[in-house]
Amino acid sequence: MKCYTPVIYKGLSPCKPNAIKSAVLQSEQVQYVIKQLAKEMGESPDIIQEEATEILDEMGHRMQLGAVRFFAFTLSKIFKQLFQRVCVNEEGMQRLQHAIQEHPVVLLPSHRSYVDFLMLSYLLYTYDLALPVIAAGIDFLGMKIVGELLRRAGAFFMRRSFGGNRLYWAVFAEYVKTMLRNGYAPIEFFLEGTRSRTAKTLTPKFGLLSIVMEPFFKREVFDTYLVPISISYERILEESLYAYELLGVPKPKESTSGLLKARRILSDNFGTIHIYVGQPVSLRTLASGRINRCPYNLVPRHLPQKPSEDIQEFVSDVAYKMELLQIENMVLSPWVLVAAVLLQNLPAMEFELLIEKTLWLKGLTQTFGGFIEWPDNLCAKKAVLSGLALHSNIARLADGHVVLSDKGADDGAVGEVVFRHALAVLTCATYRNQLLNVCVRPGLVAIALHMAPSFRKEEVYSCFSFLRDVFSDEFIFFPGISLKDFEEGCFLLTKCDAIQMSQQEIYPTDKGSGTVSFLSAMFRPFVEGYQLIFRYLSKEMKEAFTEKQFIPGVRNFVFQLLEKGSTQCYEALSSDMQKNALSALVQLGAVKKKKMPNGFTYHVNQEAVSKILDMFDARIPVQKPVAARL
Amino acid sequence: SSLKVAVVWQELLKWNGWGYNDSKFIFNKKGQAEFTGKRYRLGGMVLPTFKEWIEKTFGASLEHKTTSRASLNVNDVPPSVVNEEFLQDLRATKISYSQDAEDRVFRAHGHCLHEIFVLREGMFKRIPDIVVWPVCHEDVVKIVELACKHNLCIIPFGGGTSVSSALECPEEEKRTIISLDTSQMNRILWIDEKNLTACVEAGIVGQDLEKQLAESGFCTGHEPDSMEFSSLGGWVATRASGMKKNIYGNIEDLVIHIKMVTPRGIVEKNCQVPRMSTGPDIHHFIMGSEGTLGVVTEVTIKIRPVPEYQKYGSVVFPNFERGVACLREVAKQRCAPASIRLVDNAQFQFGHALKPQVASIFTSFLDGLKKFYITKVILDGLAAGEDNGQRGYMLTFVIAYLRDLGLDYYVIGESFETSVPWDRVLDLCRNVKERIVRECKEKGVQFAPLSTCRVTQTYDAGACVYFYFAFNYRGISDPIHVYEQIERAAREEILANGGSLSHHHGVGKLRKRWMKESISDVGLGMLRSVKEYVDPNNIFGNKNLL
Repeated sequence: MKCYTPVIYKGLSPCKPNAIKSAVLQSEQVQYVIKQLAKEMGESPDIIQEEATEILDEMGHRMQLGAVRFFAFTLSKIFKQLFQRVCVNEEGMQRLQHAIQEHPVVLLPSHRSYVDFLMLSYLLYTYDLALPVIAAGIDFLGMKIVGELLRRAGAFFMRRSFGGNRLYWAVFAEYVKTMLRNGYAPIEFFLEGTRSRTAKTLTPKFGLLSIVMEPFFKREVFDTYLVPISISYERILEESLYAYELLGVPKPKESTSGLLKARRILSDNFGTIHIYVGQPVSLRTLASGRINRCPYNLVPRHLPQKPSEDIQEFVSDVAYKMELLQIENMVLSPWVLVAAVLLQNLPAMEFELLIEKTLWLKGLTQTFGGFIEWPDNLCAKKAVLSGLALHSNIARLADGHVVLSDKGADDGAVGEVVFRHALAVLTCATYRNQLLNVCVRPGLVAIALHMAPSFRKEEVYSCFSFLRDVFSDEFIFFPGISLKDFEEGCFLLTKCDAIQMSQQEIYPTDKGSGTVSFLSAMFRPFVEGYQLIFRYLSKEMKEAFTEKQFIPGVRNFVFQLLEKGSTQCYEALSSDMQKNALSALVQLGAVKKKKMPNGFTYHVNQEAVSKILDMFDARIPVQKPVAARL
Repeated sequence: SSLKVAVVWQELLKWNGWGYNDSKFIFNKKGQAEFTGKRYRLGGMVLPTFKEWIEKTFGASLEHKTTSRASLNVNDVPPSVVNEEFLQDLRATKISYSQDAEDRVFRAHGHCLHEIFVLREGMFKRIPDIVVWPVCHEDVVKIVELACKHNLCIIPFGGGTSVSSALECPEEEKRTIISLDTSQMNRILWIDEKNLTACVEAGIVGQDLEKQLAESGFCTGHEPDSMEFSSLGGWVATRASGMKKNIYGNIEDLVIHIKMVTPRGIVEKNCQVPRMSTGPDIHHFIMGSEGTLGVVTEVTIKIRPVPEYQKYGSVVFPNFERGVACLREVAKQRCAPASIRLVDNAQFQFGHALKPQVASIFTSFLDGLKKFYITKVILDGLAAGEDNGQRGYMLTFVIAYLRDLGLDYYVIGESFETSVPWDRVLDLCRNVKERIVRECKEKGVQFAPLSTCRVTQTYDAGACVYFYFAFNYRGISDPIHVYEQIERAAREEILANGGSLSHHHGVGKLRKRWMKESISDVGLGMLRSVKEYVDPNNIFGNKNLL
């Protein structure tokens, strides 16, 4: 049996999971909320205390070494079955080992698959590091045996939504903070909140992050380390499931039998996993000079306090920074390049040309700072072929051409054909998407060059800035630095000789027109998709509506256009894109979002949406933002 | 004459360090630490474990020594610039004065680390031009009138024990700077046994006040750590705190009446009553004004019968947390003795390193036994005897002498303090100590610093925490700058942890940068408007506080 003696936090006061639970229940924070609620509801505090105990039992972990060992053993078998290799940056593990002893640690992995946290726990166990306690969605509890096992392996559960439930929030927050303050174990959660169905990093959620930052703000701990972790899959376990989900076919509830069926998957091959453990980021360093300490000094620390505006802004900045770090350290497989090229050349692409273009894109991606797993001695043909072998469900080679594997797409009803093709496109897009955040700054500059009425810098920047705002939920941008992003985009395009810049103008070079149009084409599905969605909103949605009404509505709308053949933008069927587009309009003020007792409702300002559409079509110039520094 | 008294006092004291000339730590020929002189209990004793402690704690070595210049180089001292008309007027008052270089340098500084360092190795850019010794309230009135007439700057000087750069002369001050030394105003004017008050001239130093009151069977009970040298006027001007405040109160609780001479005239109340409701208490404009408004000349202070006996005791806790919990409980039950303090482990060991050689084998055996119990018992507090308690308080008086020894061996250090609500005491202590250690590392300090604290006063709503911080600066080219950066970082940390800018050391010029944050814009404006009314021409121009 493996001898497991993990390194621990230097200030650790050892305690059992049960002791933690009772500490949480007895804490001033939770007791305060219990008393408050008792007063408000006219209930006896004992009843509410009872409720809190139940919440805690539902939530709490029961880490047991036996379970961990059993889990590790099983996982190692399963992983060996599923994946060819798991690559880890060793120096990252060493840094982590060091960090865990110094200060409380928060692990922030990217989230593409359920495999994420299983793999990470397994990895930490293998490297003799303290197992993290994980904030996982409560749906897992449905899986009886696995849920319990996960619990014993250190997972704790949070309800997906508990917005209104103050008791739940208080108990949950205190539970997390208690573990953090004691240095009991690293805390792990996903900034993205849920698995990204598109393999594109989701915009961050702030709730959990602000909970784990609070002990530092209140100086209950000296510092907290945030560790961004990038987990890249050559092939994502849930890829086809995701495509169905995006198209609105309801996802099966997680259940143990469901997972057992997943055994079918075990015979399949999912390639390599890369795990990059990033440099631990000191929260203290990030906060230095930014946080006004006063609010925390003037109120007893156990009282629930709404974070001040500058705290909220800080939390948001940190969240974006961490996601950008995750993106920076993602490993891209050659297949990502193949998918990006292929999607621009449907329905079929000549094999040799695909190889040539893939190789070209490899160079471009590297110029943009993307990290591609492409051994020096691997020739392009082999790389493409092995990609095709691993992803035979997505694309295949037929008569010297590469085509999408949308089996049966040609027969059956028109609707069926569109659906099958959409499935194939969305699955394929999942891989191209991994490239998008690497290319987004130069990409939007490329589109802006097409959109802007002239090559004058201000006008190109105006378009860029407009696009950046519109796509602020689609791609990850650090808040408020539009100009810097623009400059970076221009710099990268200059670096690959795609554009030239003079004092006043930016224009594509002859040599670089290929690059510029490739990049615009890469983002075209988003430009077109958003236009379709906006059109739907401006024409069809006169009344107030909910998200539940919006998604099927817009899906039908796009579906019909696809059936008629009046658009080729299959990606507009993706519910992810639809939600992002709606939320972009909310942020741009073209749609009003109102909180109602049974969720949110939306009101479209038709005029404003039309205006945005016109800007897209370059029928009216984009409003000029202040660009004094240009 | 009175001037003679002043000079005698000045000659008893070190010119480039703390305290009496005859009292200091040395390493004797055997390489053992020894404390010289007969003034303290520790005097003439050998401290066998101290050398090892200092080597272990700081990585210091007796072979690496720095030496202060032996005496003041008069040629380096900035010249005295005093206009002749003022001198004529001053002579007419018959008030003693001096333009002697040594007299002026002696009053150009307090006891901050950087000030002592300058004395040992450099020279101040600006020092007083003239020292005056008023002997009574009326003399002070005359001096302030003359200063107003000739537009000169006055910096009041009491015991000179400031640790806030309060006595440093502003470099940019172009006017003649008069150091107004209050030391000759040192009489007890009367004692009122019926009301238990005494009216005392503000220049009296703490130990003389207590000695003289004791002759009549009384004491004030006000014992700041500097009480051997600091003056009554200084206590008022800085809002001082005494270690026995649990029985006697802090200065604001002790003072019944204050007389202060300002450029605008004399400020005082019309009666000597325990409390009055006549708008904001004007005493609170004076206490903590740090010499920016005028000179305190006479103070009526509460007195108490001398206590029948004094007893020390000590308790050892398994960890700092338990100790804090105990202090908190003591404060809650309001059952504190005259003074109660909790030292952390590093400071406990520090105290032990100062243990003198014991005379008999028998006591040493007992001692060992005690030690055995102290290390074995790890549950709650364990009584650890009178000796340990007394040693804790001894540390208070000798710590300043120790700094001078450290300076000889590349070790520099300082103490600083704060006050903090009870629930934040532990977090603040841990974070500030950690911050110091971290900053030292970042600033290239080779050897881990001594970073230690004690909870030194308890109140209903919080505590006063006192930090000692020292490090070995070998290999660092600008140790004072590094030191100041670290001290500033430590203060930032204190403020971020909900601690105050100062509990009793005051603000001076050292902590001015944080005043606005501490008392808000409006608060600062209120203080400024008082200053503007009382001293429109900034005669009291030491630039402290505001």
